[in-house]
Amino acid sequence: MTTFTPTSATEVLDTVAWAVSEEAPLEILGHGSKRGIGRPAQTEHVIDLSQLTGITLYEPEELVLSARAGTPLAEIEALLSDNRQELAFEPMDYGPLLGGEAGRGTIGGALMSNLSGPRRIKTGAARDHVLGIHAVSGRGEAFKSGGRVVKNVTGYDLSKGLAGSWGTLAVATDVTFKVLPAAETETSVAVRGLTDEQAAFAMAAAMGSSAEVSGAAHLPETVTGKVIDGALKGMASTLFRIEGFGPSVDYRVDSLKHLLASQGEIDTLPPETSRLLWREIRDCRPFSTAHGKPLWRVSMTPSQGHAMVMALRMRTAADVFYDWQGGLIWIQMDVEPGAELLRGLVAANGGGHATLVRAAPSVRAAVPVFQPQPPALAALSARLKEQFDPKGVLNPGRMQG
Amino acid sequence: MSGPAMPKPDQATLARREEIVADMRVIVPGEGVVDAVNSMRAFESDGLTAYRQLPLVVVLPETTAQVSRILKYCSDRNIRVVPRGSGTSLSGGALPLEDAVLLVMSRFNRILDIDYANRAVVAQPGVTNLGITKAVEEEGFYYAPDPSSQIACSIGGNVAENSGGVHCLKYGLTANNVLGIEMVLMDGEVVRLGGKHLDAEGYDLLGLMTGSEGLLGVVTEVTVRILQAPETARAMLVGFPSSEEAGQCVADIIGVGIIPGGMEMMDRPAIHAAEDFVHAGYPLDVEALLIVELDGPQAEVDHLLSRVEEIAAKNGATTSRVSNSDTERAAFWAGRKAAFPAVGRISPDYYCMDGTIPRKELPKVLAGMREMSEKYGLRVANVFHAGDGNLHPLILYDANQPGELERAEDFGADILKLCVAVGGVLTGEHGVGVEKRDLMPEMFTEADLNQQIRVKCAFDPEHLLNPGKVFPQLHRCAELGRMHIHRGKMPFPDIPRF
Repeated sequence: MTTFTPTSATEVLDTVAWAVSEEAPLEILGHGSKRGIGRPAQTEHVIDLSQLTGITLYEPEELVLSARAGTPLAEIEALLSDNRQELAFEPMDYGPLLGGEAGRGTIGGALMSNLSGPRRIKTGAARDHVLGIHAVSGRGEAFKSGGRVVKNVTGYDLSKGLAGSWGTLAVATDVTFKVLPAAETETSVAVRGLTDEQAAFAMAAAMGSSAEVSGAAHLPETVTGKVIDGALKGMASTLFRIEGFGPSVDYRVDSLKHLLASQGEIDTLPPETSRLLWREIRDCRPFSTAHGKPLWRVSMTPSQGHAMVMALRMRTAADVFYDWQGGLIWIQMDVEPGAELLRGLVAANGGGHATLVRAAPSVRAAVPVFQPQPPALAALSARLKEQFDPKGVLNPGRMQG
Repeated sequence: MSGPAMPKPDQATLARREEIVADMRVIVPGEGVVDAVNSMRAFESDGLTAYRQLPLVVVLPETTAQVSRILKYCSDRNIRVVPRGSGTSLSGGALPLEDAVLLVMSRFNRILDIDYANRAVVAQPGVTNLGITKAVEEEGFYYAPDPSSQIACSIGGNVAENSGGVHCLKYGLTANNVLGIEMVLMDGEVVRLGGKHLDAEGYDLLGLMTGSEGLLGVVTEVTVRILQAPETARAMLVGFPSSEEAGQCVADIIGVGIIPGGMEMMDRPAIHAAEDFVHAGYPLDVEALLIVELDGPQAEVDHLLSRVEEIAAKNGATTSRVSNSDTERAAFWAGRKAAFPAVGRISPDYYCMDGTIPRKELPKVLAGMREMSEKYGLRVANVFHAGDGNLHPLILYDANQPGELERAEDFGADILKLCVAVGGVLTGEHGVGVEKRDLMPEMFTEADLNQQIRVKCAFDPEHLLNPGKVFPQLHRCAELGRMHIHRGKMPFPDIPRF
């Protein structure tokens, strides 16, 4: 096994071109913080992008940042923070959830796994913020797409095409993202003691109001004690984040409290607590200790999440919490992943997709980690893969067997 | 305009026209097939009216099953298909081909589901952009992307073009506001991407489809995100003695962390044309005029307006007014919204361009345009989505003067080349279509374009769907699939590996 550690786009090109000529599959690696997601890799060689680093352009007033793909997210976020800006898609940190360190991960990895966070419901995911890429396809050819400006419809958006492709279409060498001003302040509102179903109604009401909620989560009673040092222990918590300029946040918090007054007891969480809370929700902190237990990430119609969970609980033991107004459900199974059961219930409750983000390698080799697609869509995806990587040298089998 | 060369018509298809029309009538009974030349005239061009071509036949299906059968029929017989929504494209995206079926989606005009709990609307692709907002406004909701043609343009066309509007900096483009689609591939297969849930389970095919200009598939249903309308909106009208100062004001507003709902700039010729036309009360002694609109809760809007006023003053604003009513706000916008017709009044013809540039390059690009204006002997007026750098130069010409049209086209091409040279792009929101197709190599290498065409090959390997658009040359997929492999030595042997 050889690990290639390129330090330039040219070296990435040379490596992939060599792999193509040898038909030698490569595992594409950044920091490896999400290496445990997907079918276990079975490649002879590794291309390690962690030395392909550096922020190559940052113009705060133009809201744009470019970096080499292996640049640590932490470095980018620190620089943005110094300028009171941020990656508004709030990329989650999978590290601790998968048994690794916190604070790892590269900007290229953020794109390839289409990371997002609680703000997904308002501001989008990595796919919504990427402006341009330079990459090397599995044909061993360098190409670029997009640019450095927000408004651009010149040609196909291959940058979005790579979002969520888990390194199976191309190796990104440089990426350009839109950045945005960070909120001046934030406050969270917690409604206590709601059932999952009541929470779904409360979250729909809040998201449909003009309070501009940037996070809506529901932590059932079994989970609520596992965030912000147990401060919410005891009663289920339905949580809402309000971000922005001071006077605006005050005003919107008041209007949201007024809207939700009849729902239950209401607490207000100050900025520091609110920041910690949403970081922990973002990183799925409640389920980051039981590393042996299978963990699912389900995206479905927000108002139908609670019904799916109720049906699931009739059949198996599962611990859950909801983000994205109930449309993102983290489900920790006790022993078996129960893929068919869960996916069947998601399909029966409005559809969506379930990803097995944590499970032992043997399980991931046997159970489809990513949601299987209907035949016509699967065939189209396979044709797209063929067009980018005809020899199957890039992360073969990671997304499907 | 003579226009770029289109794919050579297939004689065999032209010869079978009667048979094809009859077969289309079997698939789409009733009034849905139009083959009389007089009736087809209505479809011979889109918003880029300089290019005209009658199609082989016009078909207006009503169901996804019909679209699927039409595409399968055409695919089996190697017949080209051009999809069309409302036909408002400014880049010739829906320009017919002589040997192609023109697939008009306007009868797909129903809203299928309004779901306030999930803030989603499911609509057929022929529903207009504004139609979606109209359907939900009584509950206080709206659909955010608002291209200037929103009264007429269809949501399916918005997906094809990834349409923008004046509010994109804060609320995103179509791509950021579409949750799912149903579409039919050229071989007749029906696939669904996304839905009321977020993100894709596999490759982001929805991301690739949005902005693909009708070359990948025909959209038959769209699910969009709707938002609660902001509580209030107020606008500021600020005049500057130079575009540099106006540009710096924009940079400073964003620099302090304010993302306005809309931020538009006009240059002196555009200001004067608009003021003469609608009497919006614009100052006439300024070189650049900014309209800054702030939306949100009253408390936020008032707070930010005072900060924007400070920033404007610091940057040398000579006039500054804040709207105190919705009527006044509408008046501020009236001139900007009428800018195109206003320019149409002062010149027999005008040609609208659509480059995007990094905002800081605005003075350089405006200066470049002034030089080109002298070189070509044609006037130019500029309106600019200042927040996101999307520039709409309007080149004034008279098509009846021999040579002026060609000069206008050359001038336009030079402007776009300059946009690319300063780090920008050929088109911000109007699309490549036919119009900018041959300029694509200014921005992309052959390898870049070939990888885009390979995406096309995954969806439509025979290039039957909307050929002649976007790509200067559509290489055959079999040719593009060939691998040129150089048996190599191990890469960069000098560097550490372990």
